[in-house]
Amino acid sequence: MDFLRPASWEEALAAKAEHPTAVPIAGGTDVMVEINFDHRRPEYLLDLNRVGELSQWETGEETVRLGASVPYTAIMEQLRGELPGLALASHTVASPQIRNRGGVGGNLGTASPAGDAHPALLAAGAEVEVESVRGSRLIPIDDFYTGVKRNALAPDELIRAVHIKKADGPQQYSKVGTRNAMVIAVCAFGVALHPETRTVRTGIGSAAPTPIRAEAAEEFLNAALDEGGFWDSGKIITPSIAKQFAELASAACNPIDDVRGTAKYRRHAVGIMARRTLGWTWEQYRGAGRPLEGAA
Amino acid sequence: MRVNFTVNGRPQEADDVWEGESLLYVLRERLGLPGSKNACEQGECGSCTVRLDGVPVCSCLVAAGQAEGREVVTVEGLADYARQRSEGGCADGACGSAGSGVGLDAARRWEARPSDGQTGEQGELAPIQQAFIDAGAVQCGFCTPGLLVAADELLERNAQPTDADIREALSGNLCRCTGYEKILDAVRLAAARQGEAV
Ligand SMILES: Cc1cc2nc3c(=O)[nH]c(=O)nc-3n(C[C@H](O)[C@H](O)[C@H](O)COP(=O)(O)OP(=O)(O)OC[C@H]3O[C@@H](n4cnc5c(N)ncnc54)[C@H](O)[C@@H]3O)c2cc1C
Ligand code: FES
Ligand code: FES
Repeated sequence: MDFLRPASWEEALAAKAEHPTAVPIAGGTDVMVEINFDHRRPEYLLDLNRVGELSQWETGEETVRLGASVPYTAIMEQLRGELPGLALASHTVASPQIRNRGGVGGNLGTASPAGDAHPALLAAGAEVEVESVRGSRLIPIDDFYTGVKRNALAPDELIRAVHIKKADGPQQYSKVGTRNAMVIAVCAFGVALHPETRTVRTGIGSAAPTPIRAEAAEEFLNAALDEGGFWDSGKIITPSIAKQFAELASAACNPIDDVRGTAKYRRHAVGIMARRTLGWTWEQYRGAGRPLEGAA
Repeated sequence: MRVNFTVNGRPQEADDVWEGESLLYVLRERLGLPGSKNACEQGECGSCTVRLDGVPVCSCLVAAGQAEGREVVTVEGLADYARQRSEGGCADGACGSAGSGVGLDAARRWEARPSDGQTGEQGELAPIQQAFIDAGAVQCGFCTPGLLVAADELLERNAQPTDADIREALSGNLCRCTGYEKILDAVRLAAARQGEAV
């Protein structure tokens, strides 16, 4: 095995071009588990820790450009206002020690259907900035997950950053697990209200081969809120609308039975979380006179 | 490969490190510092917790090469680290004052010597270590080093933690013996003593 230690982003891209099989390592919270247990013996490890800009973020007019290695701890402590859904999701990841090392770039690299960043990114709206020596491109988050633990990266590409839409309304994240810490999601649900465009977006984790949006549920809800004038009146969403939204979210799932839960349970729980998180965000929307607490 | 980094305030060099090796392995097997424990090697138990440039991490999930040029504090250096912090000095050794830090030999010989209730003699313990002993928070002791490092960092950051803060800060550390109550007591005790001292 060789340990490659690029000191800059350009060097990292050059190393990845020269050794496309090199395995990038950022926080190492996925990679090192595989190496410790002999599940993976890469020829090259490509350490990204010395590439400082990967741990930084920039807040723009419309988006936050979040460096691939920004640890979850920083997201939950410092980006709550701009990225409330992702901050909540980050807080549910593992433990402080893991959150101090792991980040969204690694979560996207692994692309596990259970990764907690994914539902929040899908709901907020995001693009993944990837780059190789051939150039840079932005991959819409909806096109990023291509299969179970597969993503749209080419072998010579690295994730530079994620461009995430700044919240223009309340966002929530909910996750089912056996305890409050150190739990891989049995299933998870993220929702984001976008009052500016009068749309609602969602993300479902651990209930299909890849992270997905509940598109039919979104379409139904967007139409129902529009027709009923809910965005203007701010009145309570009627139980029948919430129920239909929850049923459509359940129906979007394509889960499996595994050690953490059955397919039937996952479908059921996603429906419950969809109804609850919609209720929470809508209450925030009604209460806060639109944009929620701390929206910067 | 060779890895150069700072351990408990002193520069160290580890040779013949395999590229896929963890920082935990280097600390225990190459530098002879068995304080950080190896239990799960998958980030679940926290018994391998160390400070990496001040940040608590599972050393089993840090590749040794990632520690190159960085500062590591293990439980063996915790008393020294806490003492320097309380003296307003440079706990992580970054300021390079001569004579600071704990050398490998001293670290290998380190053992818990609580202050003696009869003679009043001061032992070389960090306040959090003394509090763990006084509160009866140590049974088999396997989880203790990781908990000490995590709890010490909490008290550095948050002098008056609530119970929720303590639970959150220690949520990545498993203990199979104590049932956690005495551990919570120990952290409360250390926080209270820290408050009195100021
Ligand atoms: C005990 C434990 C509990 C966990 N709990 C959770 C949890 O609750 N929720 C959750 O979502 N995850 C959890 N994880 C998984 C892991 O912490 C996350 O997936 C984390 O986001 C990974 O980030 P990292 O920086 O550590 O990734 P790494 O391990 O460094 O890398 C992960 C993958 O991404 C690739 N990669 C990393 N950076 C880049 C880049 N810039 N460009 C291209 N590829 C890249 C790597 O090659 C690798 O394939 C847990 C892990 C452990 C050990
Ligand atoms: S040995 Fe590192 S967390 Fe268990
Ligand atoms: S004292 Fe035995 S594991 Fe905690």
